[in-house]
Amino acid sequence: MLASILASGLAVGAVYALIGISYNTMFSTSRVMSFTAGQVGMLGGVLGSLFILRLGLPPLLGLVLTLASCALLGVVTEFVAVRPVLKSLDQHLYVLSTLAVALLVQNLTALEWSTEPQPFPALLRFDEGIWDEKYWLPILACAATVCGLEFLYRRTLVGRAFVAIAQDNFAARALGLPERNLRIASYALAGAIGGLAGFAGGQLLLAFFANGPLLNFYGFVPVALGGLGNNRGTVIGGIGLGLFQQAANFLVGGIFSSVAVFALFIVILLAAPQGLFGAQAARRV
Amino acid sequence: MSATEHSSAVTITSLPSTPSVLSQLWPFLALLSLALALPLSGNDYWALIATRAAIYWVLVSGLNLIVGFAGQLAIGYVALLAIGAYTSSVLAAGNVLPPVPAFLALGAAGVVGAVFGVVVGLPALRLRTFYFAMTTLGFATIVTQIALAWQDVTGGGIGIAGPQLPAPLNTAWGFYFFCLAVAAVCTWITGNIARSRFGRALVAVRDAEVAAEASGISKPRLLVAVFILAGALSAIAGGLFASLQSYITPDAFTFDLSLLFFIAVLIGGRGSILGPLLGTIVLTLLPELAAPLAAWSTFLYAALLLVIVLAIPGGIAALLDVRSRRPLPDKRAILPKLAALEALIGRPKVSGVLSLRGVVLSFGGVRAIDGLDLDVRPAEVHGLIGPNGSGKTTTLNVISGFYTPDEGTVTLGQEALPAGVPESRIRRGIARTYQTPRLIGEASVLQNVMVGATVDGRASFLEALLSLPRHRRDEALMEKRAELALAAVGLGALAHVRADRLQHSELRFMEIARALMAHPAFLLLDEPAAGLSTGEIKRLGELVRAISRQGTGVLLVEHHADLIFDICDQVTVLNLGRILAGGTPAEIRVHREVVSAYLGS
Repeated sequence: MLASILASGLAVGAVYALIGISYNTMFSTSRVMSFTAGQVGMLGGVLGSLFILRLGLPPLLGLVLTLASCALLGVVTEFVAVRPVLKSLDQHLYVLSTLAVALLVQNLTALEWSTEPQPFPALLRFDEGIWDEKYWLPILACAATVCGLEFLYRRTLVGRAFVAIAQDNFAARALGLPERNLRIASYALAGAIGGLAGFAGGQLLLAFFANGPLLNFYGFVPVALGGLGNNRGTVIGGIGLGLFQQAANFLVGGIFSSVAVFALFIVILLAAPQGLFGAQAARRV
Repeated sequence: MSATEHSSAVTITSLPSTPSVLSQLWPFLALLSLALALPLSGNDYWALIATRAAIYWVLVSGLNLIVGFAGQLAIGYVALLAIGAYTSSVLAAGNVLPPVPAFLALGAAGVVGAVFGVVVGLPALRLRTFYFAMTTLGFATIVTQIALAWQDVTGGGIGIAGPQLPAPLNTAWGFYFFCLAVAAVCTWITGNIARSRFGRALVAVRDAEVAAEASGISKPRLLVAVFILAGALSAIAGGLFASLQSYITPDAFTFDLSLLFFIAVLIGGRGSILGPLLGTIVLTLLPELAAPLAAWSTFLYAALLLVIVLAIPGGIAALLDVRSRRPLPDKRAILPKLAALEALIGRPKVSGVLSLRGVVLSFGGVRAIDGLDLDVRPAEVHGLIGPNGSGKTTTLNVISGFYTPDEGTVTLGQEALPAGVPESRIRRGIARTYQTPRLIGEASVLQNVMVGATVDGRASFLEALLSLPRHRRDEALMEKRAELALAAVGLGALAHVRADRLQHSELRFMEIARALMAHPAFLLLDEPAAGLSTGEIKRLGELVRAISRQGTGVLLVEHHADLIFDICDQVTVLNLGRILAGGTPAEIRVHREVVSAYLGS
């Protein structure tokens, strides 16, 4: 049982961590938390199933198309729901505009795809107990994303520009960095990361339109625990959440595990509103 | 706009006057008569739809205070509807205890809802907007899952029968009239709160949190009271909902329903009662008008939400607010009536010297204040000047309790002022203004000023809810004082104008009026002359002098050297957080270091 808890906990934890990284990627360039993070995760599963199972495309092409579509949705989010409300960030209109876009995506999926969970194809036909691909694929995806992002942020010019914008938007713009284009790029990247989460976790979560709000919440928990914009904290938080949730799942049953996660989340947040690895916010007089 | 309209707008008489009671009330009365006439249709299907709208409004009316007034984005309120529905159904069915009468079950649901309203709301006191939205969303998911899993009590996926009201309320129209009555009461009580000092305080917390704290408003106490009310109303709505459905399963409480409630408030517009009421009616009717729309209803709601946020953030209420679109006369003068100050401030009760001793405050490695001693005496204007970054505003923030100094004390008379509790200052007679005016843009100037007297209110939340005599006396008194304060600073004619339509200079005087509402013993002014014309600066100077003659000590942070030397009794010059010089204006004017460091020769 311990092995199953570990395998499934690490797997869902990796999916949550990826959604969390998607939140962070959008937040870093725009200071906006977007409700679309969970929806691109949902779309990763649905589109993967659509391209590979329903249209019969090869898995690799399916993956590329899925990521491209999710990246496109990220860009659309930036144009429709983020840019128009950036001027008045303090009014928190982005909560409403991104919620609206997320709901549009979710309902369109329900109406045009299916309201029932649909199967997600096995990609590599590698299915032996806890070494099933559905367990290690998300972990692999998460590790690849983290390494890729580290490389991007540390070794490439574009990545350093991202970091500059995240640290001080005004100074970065004064230096002549194309802030708007970098923001669009970050939303595309966040969309692709979210899509990858849904695609890699497709066999665990299935292609189901209602996964969006679930991923929104469980992907947000590691962000909140790890501190906004802190990818390392998010990965630790995501894996921890996955293990805790799956352990509770096996020990006390599915529904009370969600209650346990929720209760723990609230208690930690009330005790440390800036997250376990985050910095205290300054006063605003 | 025609030429005649424009010419009439220039005269002072075209400024908005006090809105009459009837002009505010007629839309509600019209809706009520329409609702009362509905049975004439004789169509039971309409009874069902209208009952549903009334029940939704019972919930939305409470949620409106949280979302529309306090600006807290509670998106998962379907959870409280579910809690109310299950509590009343379980009690009425007798699954746990012996069955109780339907009305008692409804009441019990209200109590349980009030408790859970606070539980759901508590995170809002500590967490940021998006976090709070997420926790309410999470709560909504959890409640339906529990309803599904707790089969012995809730019937799980099979469901449970809703409470049945006794005759004559068990017919379609009988139940409709009952729900309509509850909805009307909800409109009345939430309207009472909206117009009370509690309603103004909620909006102040939303739009000008810093000014709200300095006006003595305690956000936690205020929000908890509203969460209790909204929770109770939502759960009662849940009980009625279960009764209307006659049978409930967890499927009845989808997130789509939560969205309907939330969007009804936003479509209606923030800070309005009529707007969200219309929003609720529209959203309830929308899927009924065209059957094919039913499947697309949530999609439509979401599209509507996007359009509202991007195109008309003010919602229906802003569209209906014709008064605020009429032009204001563009040549307005601020003419303070100094004679009114006597009646307004009286003689401040609290006295003694406001003293800072050895105050040190660092931000990271920077010492913003570095061992400051300062005495501000009653009836004296004390100027605080110095270059940018010398610690002037930081000093004000230490005195008003926003910053906790690393070392040193702030005392008023014999009493030490606790650090980090800005809400406590106004009761000790310390009021202030801000470098950038902190205003409630959507409220009238009069309401903005009335916020300054929030702590003067005697009536409790419950008294305000039911509009009892003590509450009405409070309100009449505050309104009179606010009119007096506006006359004193010279904005009397603009009392009923939306504050965000004022010019910058007028906002500065409005902030002074708000600060004067508290009979301040000490008044802290942060660059009140910034952005004022020469004539306005002169009148500001006279006003500040006159205020100090009433016995109020004024601490004036300013860059206009002329104003400082004109009206101050004492001047302190700061540089890099330390005192560079102190003394009378005459002494400072010739102080060599001050002249070279700051004034210039």
